[in-house]
Order: sequence, then C-alpha cells, then structure tokens
Amino acid sequence: MKMLPFQGRTLALIGVVLPLLALFVYVALRSGPLAPVSVTVSTVEARSISPGLFGVGTVEARFTYRIGPTFAGRVKKLDVHVGDRVQAGQLLGDMDPVDLDDRVRAQEAALKRVQAELHEAEARQAHAQSQAKRYEQLLAVHTTSEEIAATKKQDLKIANAVLAAAKEELARVRSDGAAVVAQRNNMRLISPVDGLVVARDADPGSTVVAGQSVVEVIDPQSLWVHVRFDQVSATGLSAGLPANIALRSRNGQSLKGRVLRVEPLADAVTEEILAKIVFDDLPDPLPPIGELAEVTVTLPELPAMLVVSNAAIRTVDDQLGVWQVQDGELRFVAVKLGTGDLDGQVQLREGLTIGDQVVVYSEKALSKRSRLNVVEQIPGAAK
Amino acid sequence: MISLAGRDILNAWGKFIFTGIGLGLLIGVTLTMAGVYRGMVDDGKALLDNSGADLWVVQQDTLGPYAESSSINDDVYRSILSMPGVVEAANVTYLTMQVRQGRRDVRSMVVGVVAGSPGKPGWPPYLVAGRQITRSHYEAVADIATGFELGDRIQVRRNQYTVVGLTRRMVSSSGDPMVFIPLKDAQEAQFLKDNDAVLQQRRRTAENPSLNRPGVPGLLDAVIATQSSNPYVNAVLVRIRPGYSAEEIARPIRRWQRLTAYTRSQMEEILIGKLIATSSKQIGMFLVILAIVSAAIVAFIIYTLTMDKIREIAVLKLIGTRNRTIAAMIMQQAIALGVIGFVVGKITATFAAPLFPKYVLLMPLDTVAGFFAVLMICVLASLIAIRMALKVDPAEAIGG
Repeated sequence: MKMLPFQGRTLALIGVVLPLLALFVYVALRSGPLAPVSVTVSTVEARSISPGLFGVGTVEARFTYRIGPTFAGRVKKLDVHVGDRVQAGQLLGDMDPVDLDDRVRAQEAALKRVQAELHEAEARQAHAQSQAKRYEQLLAVHTTSEEIAATKKQDLKIANAVLAAAKEELARVRSDGAAVVAQRNNMRLISPVDGLVVARDADPGSTVVAGQSVVEVIDPQSLWVHVRFDQVSATGLSAGLPANIALRSRNGQSLKGRVLRVEPLADAVTEEILAKIVFDDLPDPLPPIGELAEVTVTLPELPAMLVVSNAAIRTVDDQLGVWQVQDGELRFVAVKLGTGDLDGQVQLREGLTIGDQVVVYSEKALSKRSRLNVVEQIPGAAK
Repeated sequence: MISLAGRDILNAWGKFIFTGIGLGLLIGVTLTMAGVYRGMVDDGKALLDNSGADLWVVQQDTLGPYAESSSINDDVYRSILSMPGVVEAANVTYLTMQVRQGRRDVRSMVVGVVAGSPGKPGWPPYLVAGRQITRSHYEAVADIATGFELGDRIQVRRNQYTVVGLTRRMVSSSGDPMVFIPLKDAQEAQFLKDNDAVLQQRRRTAENPSLNRPGVPGLLDAVIATQSSNPYVNAVLVRIRPGYSAEEIARPIRRWQRLTAYTRSQMEEILIGKLIATSSKQIGMFLVILAIVSAAIVAFIIYTLTMDKIREIAVLKLIGTRNRTIAAMIMQQAIALGVIGFVVGKITATFAAPLFPKYVLLMPLDTVAGFFAVLMICVLASLIAIRMALKVDPAEAIGG
C-alpha cells in the first residue's frame, strides 16, 4: 500500500511522457524531408481517343453589302432602319441629286429640239428629192437647162446629208439623256439582295464620300463563324469536320456545325490558323454579328494506343517523361507523346507498356529518392 | 544510487510537466517563426522552380518579371528559340490580381502560359487533381490555396474560366497562390480592362478628330483594333540544353537582342536579395528577439524552480550531500525540462504550421539547431542556479 502513491505517480508520468514521445516520433517522420509524398497512381492502358481542337471566333456574315454612293454627295432620304428585312431591288434611300433632275429636264428639251430639227431635215429632204426627180424628167424632154437639173441633184445630196446629221444628233442627245438618267438612278441606294439591314451609317442630310457605306445589308442565310485556332493545337484541322459551336450569349447551349474551309492564309503575328465554320441549322433568333463563339472541332477517333493523363507528364532534366512505380520504387521513364484529346488524355508513342503503374498526381515534385504514400486522392484536393 | 533529480521530479511531477509544456509552447512559437522566415525564402525559390526555366529574358534594364514590371514583344521568343543551346523558349505573363469566383475573390497571381503540351516552361510541373490545360482559351489550373475546386467558374477580368486542374505550392514571391490560364487570354486580361473601360477608351478615340476623320472611312475601326490588342508579354522563359551554360546563352541575348537576361542564381539574388529583403529581415529580426526572450524565460524558470527548492537543498547540504550530487540534480532537471519543452515545441510547431495562411517551412536542420540551442540555454541557466544553490548556507534549513 505504501508503494502505491509512488507507483501511481510514476505511471502518470509515463502516461504523459510516452504519448508525447510517440507523437514526436510521428511528427519527425511525417513532416519534413523524411515524410512520404502522397501520390495517386494509375495503370497505363490502351484506349482510343478522339482528339478535339478548340478555337475561339466571332460570328460573321459571309456576304456583307455595303451600299453607298459612287460619288461624294449628301444623303437625301433613307427609308430603312437597322433590323429591317429588304428585298432585292428595293429602294433603300436616295442621295441628293443637286442639279441632276434639272439636267434631265434640259436633256428632255434638247431631245425635243433635235426631234424638231430632224422633222425639218426630213421635210427639206422630201422636197429636194421631189424637185430632183421632176427636173430629171424635164431634162429628159429637154425643157430645162442641164445646169438647173444639176443644182437640184446637189440640193438633194445636201438634204440627205443634213437628214443623216439630224438623225445622229438625235441619237447623241438621246444617249446624253440616258446618261443623265443613269447618273440620277445611280444616286438611288438599291438593295442588291434579299437581306437584313445591319447598319445605318449616315442619316439624311449628312455628306458622304465616294465609296463610303450608308447602309449595310447582310444575307442572314450566310452566317458563319470565323474561328482562330492556335497553330500548336490545330493538328488535323480540315474542311468537313463536325464542330460544336457555343455562343457566348447562350451559355451551355451547343450548336452543331461543320468546318467549311481552313483559310489558306494563317495569321503570322498571332500564330493562329483561321477557319470558317458554318451552322448546320441556323439558330433562331439569329446570333448577332460579332458575337464570340467557342468552337470545338471533333477529329475522327484514333486507333487504340497507350494513353495516360496529361497530369502524369513531368519534366526532369529537360526530358519529358512519367514517374513509373515498380514495387514501390520510383523510376523516371522518358516518353514520346502523341496526340492528346481535350479531356487531357495523351497518347504515348514509346516508353511504357500496358499495365505499367504511373504516378498521376503528387503532393509535391518527386525525385528518385521520394518515399511514396499511394492514396486514392491527394489530401486537400477532395471535391 | 538513487537519482536525486528523478525523485525530485516525481515529487512534483505535475508542476514539472506543466512547466515543460509551457516552455514547449514558447519554443514552438520560436520554431514556427523560424518556419515563417524559411517559408518566405522558400516561396521565392518555389516561384523559380515552378517556372522550370534556366534563363529569364526580360525588358532591357529591368529586374522583371517578378520584382519589376517588364514587357517585351511576344515574337521575341522566336529569335531566342533559334539560338544554339536553347531547348525551349516560351512566353509568359504574370499579373497579380483579385480573381473572382461567385461572391468571393481571391488574391492570386495569374500566370499566362503558352498553349501546347505539358512540360513547356511556365506550366505547373505537377498537379494534385484534374488535368492540365488542353484548350487554348478559357481554362485554368489553380493552386489549391485559392480554395477553388474542379469545375468552378472563375472570373479574370472580362472572361470566365473553368478550373480543370489543381496544383499545390505554386505561389508568387509574396505567397499569393497562382492561377494558370492560356497565354492569349492572359495577354488580353493584362491589357483589356473591364467592359466599361473598353467602352470609354473607344469613345475617347472616336472623339479624337485626327483619328476619326470623315474623309477616311475605316480609320477609326483600325485604330480601335490596334488599341484593343496586346502584343506584349512579361518575359520569355528559356530552357537550356545540357552542356551549355546559362551565362553563355545570356550574353548574346543581352548584347544583340537588347534585352536583359537573368540566370537562375541572378534571379534568386533579385528575389531574395531585393524583393523580399526587407520583409524577410523584419521576420528575421523578430525571430532573433523571440529567441532571446525564450532563452531568458527558460533561464528564469530553471532559476525559480531551483530557488523553490532552496530549503531542501540546504537540508541536503546539512546532511552532508556532496556539491557534485546537488549540481547534477539541478542540471539533470534543467535538461529534462529542456527536452520536454523541445518535444512539445516541435509537435506544436508541426501541427500549427499548416494553419498559417502563408507557407511555413520547418527545416530539419533548424530543428536540430533549435534542440542544441535549447539544451545550451538550459545548461547555462542551470549553471547560475547551481551557483546559487551551492552558495546557500546549510543553516537556512533550520532557520527561517
């Protein structure tokens, strides 16, 4: 009994000190350089992947008609507004003709005058012809002098020439008139196609220079997406491939389309390849021109090959490779990568075989001497 | 022979243990502070390690891209790539900003990395979840310290990005977690402000009569187009073929490309010697003060513990105990106290370290040095206590 309090004290002391020591050993082994690195491993398997290409572009109209005058002038009237549907041949607006209408009237008067002149010449010619004929008959029966008959003949020739000149003058004045009318018509802004007015750049009263557009009309059936693909990730892009188009305003909604063409000219500055994607069915309502679109082009499925997640790819000493786990030991294996898909699976051309275990995720950078703690999920990264 | 020290500890074991734990907490704080200091330096080194570069090419005469702003044309990398000895050269942008996710925003360093496959300089070297970026737009890999999860939509300036991968220990030199996004988006984010600012800029340009001339249709559009594109990056990360030295590659770049190139050691010097110099000195100063205060407190505790027993020591002397035995008892107790304190301190520091918002790096060498420092302080403190104990008059045991 006497020993008990003493033993109790010793026990209590041991009870405090031992767990402390145990904790200390645990701490020393579980932190710092001695601590094992948590990693997740996966098995390399052969699988077929379908690579995708991802690009960003804008909705554009294939045909845009910028309608404006061919001469500098002032807009007189403009009947259409943005959003209006117009027909081919429809009068959209008119430029101020300034003096053209007057010139048309002047040409009309000139035409009448020339027509009167023609009538006069015709009358003179008819008279000269009958006179010439009469004197010819008189000469035949020797009742007139040869000189008078010759004079009448000459009169007829002159009248013929005057008539011909009057006819040509009429043709000239008619053409002049047509030219002025054509100029007048040129002042009219007429839609060349059935389309949609997308811009109205000038309002009545404002002056525009030759070639400046007053109204922009597009063909809404011709909408396409002008997409830019980064050159490094545009392998296999070609016309006809199916594509998914996600418009920025329709978050999550994916529209079907296909690659119409890959532009023969790439952007050398931004290092992008340009392509045109058309919609299979035009969305309704139409997306606005210039809207941002994300385009995913799906390439044909590739034959089955070894694949690994791109999270497993590491660089050690300028070499691309993966950390292979063999009997709990780490080994860095240099690999050659093939094509990858958009979900992060990359083909392995060489380096590993089916069934090899590779490190996918790791808590920190690995080295050959790292101790491993294989887990299902890296702590802290749980979703 | 019985252990006097052991018997004495057992006699008042509760008091002894609790004093040891108290002391341990103090040592723990000191160790943690050392960890904070090491963590700061390590953040800088992690930044360099994670970029995977041997050479940093930046704007001429700047300390960029981390310590100073630097901007170079984004096609400079092509001429660097064509130099002998260069394996890879990749553009990179860095932008420290608040990244928004839902209602909260996280201070982070947005890194723009070139499109391509993993292993390019600037890419996160390892992940803890998800996958690397595969699309050249609107995907992000975030450090786990941002608190983002896979599938989260985060907002950087005008665009939303989907978090597709998570990584760890990818921090800027000031400890802000990184968010990796494709380079083209990052260039845009760095230059294009929010929608309102873009609109204002456009309006300002349109009101400039020399840029919006009625006789030149299309000029305004062209001007606005050039204004809203950004052909600049902050640096080019260069990886060098084995066998070539970084300085060998850097010299022609400095001389002929009229750019500044930093090697790894120069970059470390900039980051640790210049960028975090004052803040790390501040922490270092605090660490020194804390160490001195801890030493003083340890000394006081041992001294008071001895003084509490001065009567018993006088009795020991009275019964003829040798001075050596008394001295050994005091010293053994001091060392036992130090060891308990150290063990508790190490445990608390280890468990407290992950709770800090910034990285705390507990270096094993620091721990070993700390252990010997604690023992040394205990021994020194016990020497004073021993001196007092030996000077005590045995008559005190009877008197008082």
